Amino acid sequence: MHPAFSVIFLTTLIGVGQGLFLALFSSQTYSIVNVLPAQPGGYYALGGLIALGFLAAGLVASFFHLGHPERAWRSASQWRTSWLSREVIALPLVMGLLFLYAVVNWLELDADLFGWRLHGQVPLIVGALGAAATLGLFLCTGMIYGAVKFLQTWATPLTVLNYFLLGSASGFVFAAAYAAFKAPNVVEFYAAWAMVLIVAAFAGRAAALLRNARIKQVANLQTAIGIRHSKVQQRAMGFMGGSYNTREYRHGKGLAFLKSVKWIFLALVFPIPFLLLWLGLALGSSTAYVAAFAVQYVGLLFERWFFFAQADHPQNLYYQVVG
Amino acid sequence: MTQLALVIDLNVCVGCHACVTSCKQWNTSGQAGPLFDDHPYDKDPTGTFFNRVQTYEIGEFPNTETLHFPKSCLHCEEPPCVPVCPTGASYKRKEDGIVLVDYDKCIGCKYCSWACPYGAREFDEKQKVMKKCTLCVDRIYDQSIPEDRRKPACVISCPTSARLFGDVHDPESEVSIAIREGGGYQLMPEWGSKPANHYLPRRKTKMRIHEDELVRADNPLKKEDIRKEKSTDVTLDDWLM
Amino acid sequence: MSNSPDTADSPAPHEDVRNTTCYMCACRCGIRVHLKNGEVRFIEGNPDHPLNQGVLCAKGSSGIMKQYSPARLTKPLRRKQGAERGAGEFEAISWDEAFAILEERLAKIRATDPKKFALFTGRDQMQALTGLFARQYGTPNYAAHGGFCSVNLAAGLIYTIGGSYWEFGGPDLDRAKLFVMLGTAEDHHSNPMKIALAKFKRNGGRFISVNPVRTGYSAIADEWIPIKPGTDGALLLALIHEIIKQGLYDRDFLVKYSNSAELVNQDFKSPECGMFVRFEVPPEEGCFDPQNKLWWDREMDRPVSTMTPGVDPYLMGEFKLPDGTKVKTAFQLLKERVAEYTPEWAAGITGIPTETIVRLAHEMGVTARDQKIELPIAWTDVWENEHQSVTGNPVAFHAMRGLAAHSNGFHTIRALGILMSLLGTIDRPGGFRHKAPFPRPIPPCPKTPKGPEGVRPDMPLDGMPLGWPADPDDLFVDDEGKPVRIDKAFSWEYPLSVHGLMHNVITNAWRGDPYKIDTLMIFMANMAWNSTMNAVEVRKMLNDKEEDGSYKIPFIVVADAFQSEMTAFADLVLPDTTYLERHDVMSMLDRPISEFDGPVDSVRIPVLPPTGECKPFQEVLIELGTRLKLPAFVDKDGKRKYRDYPDFVVNFETAPNSGMGFLAGWRGKGGEKSMKGEPNPNQWQMYEQNNCVFQYHLPKSYQYMRNWNQGYLQWAQAHGMTRHAEPINIHIYSEVLQKFRLAAQGKSQGRRPPEHLKKRVETYFDPLPFYYEPLEASLTDKHKYPLNAITQRPMAMYHSWDSQNAWLRQIHTYNYLYLNSKTAAAQGIADDDWLWVESQWGKVRCMARLSEAVEPGTVWTWNAIGKASGAWNLAPEANESRQGFLLNHVISEELPPNPAGEHVSNSDPVTGQAAWYDVRVRIYKAGADEPHETSPQFAALKPYPGQGKRKSFWNFFAGRRP
Repeated sequence: MHPAFSVIFLTTLIGVGQGLFLALFSSQTYSIVNVLPAQPGGYYALGGLIALGFLAAGLVASFFHLGHPERAWRSASQWRTSWLSREVIALPLVMGLLFLYAVVNWLELDADLFGWRLHGQVPLIVGALGAAATLGLFLCTGMIYGAVKFLQTWATPLTVLNYFLLGSASGFVFAAAYAAFKAPNVVEFYAAWAMVLIVAAFAGRAAALLRNARIKQVANLQTAIGIRHSKVQQRAMGFMGGSYNTREYRHGKGLAFLKSVKWIFLALVFPIPFLLLWLGLALGSSTAYVAAFAVQYVGLLFERWFFFAQADHPQNLYYQVVG
Repeated sequence: MTQLALVIDLNVCVGCHACVTSCKQWNTSGQAGPLFDDHPYDKDPTGTFFNRVQTYEIGEFPNTETLHFPKSCLHCEEPPCVPVCPTGASYKRKEDGIVLVDYDKCIGCKYCSWACPYGAREFDEKQKVMKKCTLCVDRIYDQSIPEDRRKPACVISCPTSARLFGDVHDPESEVSIAIREGGGYQLMPEWGSKPANHYLPRRKTKMRIHEDELVRADNPLKKEDIRKEKSTDVTLDDWLM
Repeated sequence: MSNSPDTADSPAPHEDVRNTTCYMCACRCGIRVHLKNGEVRFIEGNPDHPLNQGVLCAKGSSGIMKQYSPARLTKPLRRKQGAERGAGEFEAISWDEAFAILEERLAKIRATDPKKFALFTGRDQMQALTGLFARQYGTPNYAAHGGFCSVNLAAGLIYTIGGSYWEFGGPDLDRAKLFVMLGTAEDHHSNPMKIALAKFKRNGGRFISVNPVRTGYSAIADEWIPIKPGTDGALLLALIHEIIKQGLYDRDFLVKYSNSAELVNQDFKSPECGMFVRFEVPPEEGCFDPQNKLWWDREMDRPVSTMTPGVDPYLMGEFKLPDGTKVKTAFQLLKERVAEYTPEWAAGITGIPTETIVRLAHEMGVTARDQKIELPIAWTDVWENEHQSVTGNPVAFHAMRGLAAHSNGFHTIRALGILMSLLGTIDRPGGFRHKAPFPRPIPPCPKTPKGPEGVRPDMPLDGMPLGWPADPDDLFVDDEGKPVRIDKAFSWEYPLSVHGLMHNVITNAWRGDPYKIDTLMIFMANMAWNSTMNAVEVRKMLNDKEEDGSYKIPFIVVADAFQSEMTAFADLVLPDTTYLERHDVMSMLDRPISEFDGPVDSVRIPVLPPTGECKPFQEVLIELGTRLKLPAFVDKDGKRKYRDYPDFVVNFETAPNSGMGFLAGWRGKGGEKSMKGEPNPNQWQMYEQNNCVFQYHLPKSYQYMRNWNQGYLQWAQAHGMTRHAEPINIHIYSEVLQKFRLAAQGKSQGRRPPEHLKKRVETYFDPLPFYYEPLEASLTDKHKYPLNAITQRPMAMYHSWDSQNAWLRQIHTYNYLYLNSKTAAAQGIADDDWLWVESQWGKVRCMARLSEAVEPGTVWTWNAIGKASGAWNLAPEANESRQGFLLNHVISEELPPNPAGEHVSNSDPVTGQAAWYDVRVRIYKAGADEPHETSPQFAALKPYPGQGKRKSFWNFFAGRRP
């Protein structure tokens, strides 16, 4: 597929936002049960707003993908069948809950809703709802790709898992960097989990790469045109100056380029941020955390580009040769 | 339930592209139009077409088949492009099975085209909406067009009548009979999209000549070789009584 | 309002529908043009038209983009003072100025030496008018593009069976069981051929295609037989060999309807050697075969006059006439001729396995013999024999330029005609069928003047500019045997060049051989590009000057609707209309669109007003003819006779009160007569009311065996289609050719070829077909240039016409050189590589596309996709001029001069047919440092005054501006 930058930014940015929120919410939950030191409400509120900012930026990016963004409101209507429609619902829902999460934290609203005699039940409830919605959003985003069954590189549960893991990892890395400035006493929590998530994401992504490397394409030229012969070649695709079919479904770069992108993202997303986090933990350097996030985010752009580029659409069987 | 579709007879398609441009001219000024063309007189002209004719070569010289292969939207019975549409712009008509796009609802997200394994959808870069073959829905029901011409533009133009049009759910229709009797098949059936359009394969007429057929009592050569000089040699005729 | 297509109940937007005739190629299909607010909304095939029956090809369906093309010329243009020809620097002038320039110049030429005006036309469908104009003007220098198109096909078959393929006749695929197509990718009769081919295949017919390349029609063949270009003659002769050997010929047909059984003088000392023995000489011969020849009676063992009732003659044999003259039947001579042409021999030449050739011959012969068709149609032959039925042998053929465009094409096509005749398939069901006005006598009657005296100042030409020589006395040469025509047509170099040699006009005029001319007028032919051989040099010739600075070709006028490469070289450009803006006639006097069952002609009626100042070329000719006071265009007082072209079409008669004019339908005062009748003032309206087409259905008994069908021939004579109601016997053995040979041998009285051409005429004017290697190949080092290079016609492009068409050019934006993957591998060439194609004449750089559908000794490309930069008002960077290439750059219009420095055209020595496909090439990879664009390149043309702006995009929607 042709990697569209709007979609690359959309998916990576909301991934960070979602992950950041999950990081904030988990640390807040831990603190409620006193496993972690509690932070002022403003910390979570600001973090939530930053996460919201990431989601909003992703939303803005997504508009660049649309031919008619002014009609985007229509896209919520087909939630019964379309994962894209579901995402369109889930994204504002997450954003709304994030906003609410920020507000309740900012206002430090509290009430003993369940009679647990614990502080922070309101943010906990709102956060839990937000977390559920966030996971739902990960599911939707992943399934947009995972549900297209003939895009075999995507049609695997690993797609959803990796969206979740990569988004979460990048969010936790960001949270570590955020905490380095705002709440140094919980940095280690974020950093450690980020490292765990990076390892998990690496496993997930590597699994996907390994799977895709040995994928057996269901469709081939023979089934595409219905000619059962061992040697079938296209001689002319029917037009010469290009068309939507030649622009939308191909990355247009060479195999070497594709490979180098793969190694770049494998380095930038996993080992380097991991080492930087480790460095951050070892030296207590906030710069290391910031660098870890920056490097990883750039890596994710490469990763997402690769994710689209690697998907070989069966329609390409029909569009191979100009003649 | 009616399912309108095309049946494309690869046995007679000579690859003339009549279906390509007749479709273009009908639809650019029709309800699907205009169909955008970019840099039409410059380098790499490109445009929105609903129908293409491709060429394939099968086998190795000298045992080569050249196949011309027209392709447009297949109007799948289970169109994967429809449920993925977030706005409902992409839909399949209940009354005749035609898969259409409502351009007023389309947000141009292109997701439907990703979900079509056949590459049948064309994004109109000017109108910024997804377009595709409509089976000339603005022709086939138009009462002002003579009844026998109420067919998609590609069908009426096709010089080899390689494109049949009709209801593939009606077992007595021309298209159903053609599919049944001519070995009609679907493209990439493995995806389960059940394309309504079918293709008819090449059919070969062969001739077999028996050796006997070259040896005939009435061979005209026999009329030419009776002309021999009379023999003057003595033969048994001169002796036997 | 919803923009969704799902609003089926809204009315379709076609307010206005008009009938006319397509002109996106030479096919001439009936079309219905739907207009919306005066813009073309949809062009569909007319279902009520006999030719295309409602279908329309890719080109026809793209007429909209031709109408609104930015390549259109809209103003008369004059080359700017001081600008070089070819630079395309023009200033707009008025029609008054243009006419004044032409009138003055042409009047002066006509008053002195009319042959100094040459008029040559391209794919013109008005040869009846352009030819009439030239003749009236008095110049012999007129022809259309036939000489570089397919004259071999026309001449080869017309000189054999009195008809040909293409507009003149075709395969009866309705009834054929076996169809063999040779050297055809796609052709003029394209939609009817496609319709017929599909029907044929659906009916279970067997379709065999013989072609070096498998594209187009060949793709759907049941069997593809790849053949080396230029060797079809060898194949056909081997098939004839095998069919005779097996006795698979239709003896009865050959005896009755051909000259096979006629006795040929074999006395080598006699001046009549090789001529048929005649028992009497008619006092005055018309252009027909008198029935005064001999058979050898099998029963009585003696000569008898042909067609003696009850006589069954020998088809083969050698005899002695009572006077001692040795004679052989024509068929015997044919048998002896093909004795050496065995399938094994042909296999070595054609690359087709021996078994395949033998099998092919058997398939043809057995199908013809065993699947006879008998139709219950009673008819009477010219010898008054009544037949209760029409029979046929269902083997049909079709051939086109693949056979024709070789220097051995004439004899190849003669061999095809003979093969078809051997199988008994001429004008019979399931075989070849004529289309009116064919069959015509062999050869047809029209003749050119016989010498320079036919060209007179201020007088019409004394004869036709183009004719059909029957013997050397019909040549158009002076006392020394030198040509009178600028293209040397009808000279000893190309005696039967019945369509002229347009491909040599510019070279000859530039060299002044045989003489210099003053004004060259070209109508819709791209003679500076794809329609010329040797484009690079010809472009230089067009711009070449004498020492005094004057042009070698002093004045060039180009009439065309579009800015082509040729227009750039004009001194004066006349903007023609498109086909949607003009009246036209597909006339019985030219090449009508007749069907097998009778004559058909048709018209164009404008559906749109002319764009800008465009003027139909016919109107230009009528106006010029009137101004020059050419007799046909003015009355006795020299006053204008015809208001305009439509008026001319209605009122012009071929001779005073002949009742014959440009249109055959709705003649007579009230339109009650057809074919012949006085002018009908409402003729155009009647055509308009009848789908713009007139179809005459012959009675069934007149539809077959027309060469010998008394009813038909008498009908044809009565309706002015033929002069004689005489039988048109098939020329298995061509006495016409023998007459030229005898002249070359010095045996006959009358004209004899000049010394240096004697050998050539003697060799190539063989009364029986023979195989020879194409001339260029015989002059080429075939080790150095091992490959044949040919072109194929794409179905979605008509020559160079459609690169300006925004839709069609998306299908063919540039062209590759297609070559067999093994041929490519041998040169280390991969897909998409840039490579050079080089002949001994020149070289061109292009891109490779590997293929399995091409014979390994052949490379090919689509015809005329490559363009000169900026031509046709494409952007200078357009793919056509960067990645697209023109094969013409490696093809020469002349063969190397002989030691005496004489030039001879790269053409068939019999007909002057341009030998496009003879070219031999080699290929090699372009250097890594070479630019990735075609070579040669030319300075980019700029748009001319009056041309529309090149749109950066189209969002076409008829009737409104979205």
